[in-house]
Amino acid sequence: MKQKSLIDVLHDTQEEEEKNYLSRNKMIEIAKTTKISETKVYGVSTFYTMFSVYPRGKHIIRVCRNLSCHLSDAEKIAEKLKEILNVDFGETTEDGEFTLEESSCLGMCSVSPAMTIDDEPFGNLVVENISEILLKVKEGSKK
Amino acid sequence: MKIYRTHILIAEDSKSILEGANEIKKVLVDEIHKKGLQNEISVIPTGSLGFEDIGVAMAVYPEGIVYAPVKVEDVPEIVEEHLLKGRIVKRLVKSWEKGEVTVGVTRPEYIKGSQYRAILRNVGLINPESIEEYIAKEGYVALEKALSMKPEEVVNQIKMSELKGRGGAGFPTGLKWEFTAKAKDPEKYIICNADEGEPGTFKDREIMEGDPHTLLEGMIIAGYAVGSGKAYIYIRGEYTLSIDRLEKAISDAKNYGLLGKNILGTDFSFDIEIKKGAGAYICGEETALLDSIEGKRGEPRKKPPYPPTSGLWNKPTVINNVETLANIPLIIIKGAEWYKSIGVPGTYGTKLFSLMGDINWKGVIEIPFGISLSKIVMDIAGGVAGNRKLKAVVLGGVSGSLIVPDEIDTPVDFNSLAHIEAGPGSGSIVVLDDTRCIVDVAKNIAYFFRHESCGKCTPCRVGTEAMYKIVDKICRGGGVEKDLDILEKLSKDMQLTSFCGLGQAAPNIIVQSIKKFREEWLTHIREKKCPMNICKMDWEEEQYEDVSEH
Ligand SMILES: Cc1cc2nc3c(=O)[nH]c(=O)nc-3n(C[C@H](O)[C@H](O)[C@H](O)COP(=O)(O)O)c2cc1C
Ligand code: SF4
Ligand code: FES
Ligand code: FES
Repeated sequence: MKQKSLIDVLHDTQEEEEKNYLSRNKMIEIAKTTKISETKVYGVSTFYTMFSVYPRGKHIIRVCRNLSCHLSDAEKIAEKLKEILNVDFGETTEDGEFTLEESSCLGMCSVSPAMTIDDEPFGNLVVENISEILLKVKEGSKK
Repeated sequence: MKIYRTHILIAEDSKSILEGANEIKKVLVDEIHKKGLQNEISVIPTGSLGFEDIGVAMAVYPEGIVYAPVKVEDVPEIVEEHLLKGRIVKRLVKSWEKGEVTVGVTRPEYIKGSQYRAILRNVGLINPESIEEYIAKEGYVALEKALSMKPEEVVNQIKMSELKGRGGAGFPTGLKWEFTAKAKDPEKYIICNADEGEPGTFKDREIMEGDPHTLLEGMIIAGYAVGSGKAYIYIRGEYTLSIDRLEKAISDAKNYGLLGKNILGTDFSFDIEIKKGAGAYICGEETALLDSIEGKRGEPRKKPPYPPTSGLWNKPTVINNVETLANIPLIIIKGAEWYKSIGVPGTYGTKLFSLMGDINWKGVIEIPFGISLSKIVMDIAGGVAGNRKLKAVVLGGVSGSLIVPDEIDTPVDFNSLAHIEAGPGSGSIVVLDDTRCIVDVAKNIAYFFRHESCGKCTPCRVGTEAMYKIVDKICRGGGVEKDLDILEKLSKDMQLTSFCGLGQAAPNIIVQSIKKFREEWLTHIREKKCPMNICKMDWEEEQYEDVSEH
């Protein structure tokens, strides 16, 4: 007896969406099929940081700036990401490839500073390697 | 089963995979084939081999040699020299004595000295994706034993062990189970809290990635003891490797008749389902977690009623942390008396800690309760990095407490720590050396809480915002002395009137840092100077909006 909760449904829906978000239409559709009110669906979608109600890039970068990462110069990593991508937190690059987000502790403190791109973790980050990582992710997805 | 002369265990926890463990394993298997050794040597993935900053590690048994860090280029040499010719590759060996690796029965003296691997007994020694290996290590024997007992007897054993919750609050697990067992409702739930969101904490991950069946076994026993047929593991969405391993473990356990209908031929049936979180620290709070599983916004509920009487879908529910549940099989097999021989009066058993910050060895350790914090920091963690001086320890995550060098000899157990207004909290230790600025640390913590406040109640929503603004102002050279009084007053209000533990704990470290490092705060305020040269003193008067009036 596997029962899907609204959060499971939202996870699934967002994963299928190329732009990594929950569109208005999709939310209305979910409200109809689950018989949960539209306001509730919207309320849940906006509560959790992994969901977005705005279109995002193909890849989601989540960079951690909590204590352990902060002590390992996460600030510099965040600055470098902003510089290369030319975006601020919460924004998507012009080519639609990346959205940069800040995240709370990723549980990767022992390899801080850390970030994830989509489901893939990256740790022990140094400023010099950031552009290479981004390039690899971008190329990897073209295959 | 095939008999191999040599077993190679290669660490495949998320940290090692990050550093290329998968590729190294592939090359290793290829090389072994090239030399025609595939029928003599088996390569087995396992959990973390101990401290986390040693790169990719592999252990060769029966010799008990650990190689680390291993690079792809090193693999042919290991195969040629060690596996083929029997000569140890000395330049790659990590030594036990220095405490560089924690795993291995081959190191009794070291284990006796400081660590005690009870919960982590299998981590780094078995393949976490093989239920057969877990069973070979006495796995599911505790379940068999529990099923031969009456449910009340199981609850009693846990009560007698005086096991306390490892998720932060330290509530006696046996009592929690008893309340739930006594609740009159045919429908009850077990929930494992695997949200592990406290910054600086990653010890639950070590169990789930390294020995997932231990957790499942603890949960099934909990279900039998309280009369529940259904459990959920609420796990943070980022823990993808843990999720994969738990899913495999659940499906294997079902195939073996250890989960599902009529477990081991009894009339007890039980199911476990994984629920992925979606990124919200507050969902680690047990009642917010309940709402999240129900598919709602994860906001804390009013207590009472407590979950044992009214939890998931208002049914009686046990919520326990991963580590708490991982204790259960051991207590059942070896008994409450044995359990109470570990630790100190009032706090029995062992405790996992994740070690982080300015120390020589980072990673997850397991210690018996009662050894001192200085032993952990100076001995097990190899002391402060770069021979610098210890400034402070953040114990129990950013909701925990700030320990200064004067207090560092305090034994780690609930009672001793309570004397210095601290506790083991989430099981995290972050060490700060004397180059760190305490105001900068406070600002980072204030920023976290401002971001994670769920916004349901005013003291926390407004308080975390105001607190961040004041600390930020001081950090940037715009502070006045009155600000410290305002912070202290604000903290008291938040501790007393916040609706849940988040708002109550948010000011902890900030006020403790003002108490314990007042001079440093005052230098920032009076001299507009950061003694450590960390904070940019870039405050401009026009930025000033009066946040002190909140
Ligand atoms: C803001 C907040 C976050 C929490 N996060 C966690 C968590 O990530 N994991 C956890 O086990 N307990 C967490 N707790 C504690 C739980 O509410 C609860 O006490 C615990 O899961 C009970 O299990 P235990 O008795 O086995 O410790 C948190 C509490 C608060 C107030
Ligand atoms: S204390 Fe904070 S996190 Fe807790 S209910 Fe209030 S606003 Fe939400
Ligand atoms: S603090 Fe960044 S991953 Fe934990
Ligand atoms: S504010 Fe203290 S070192 Fe910067």
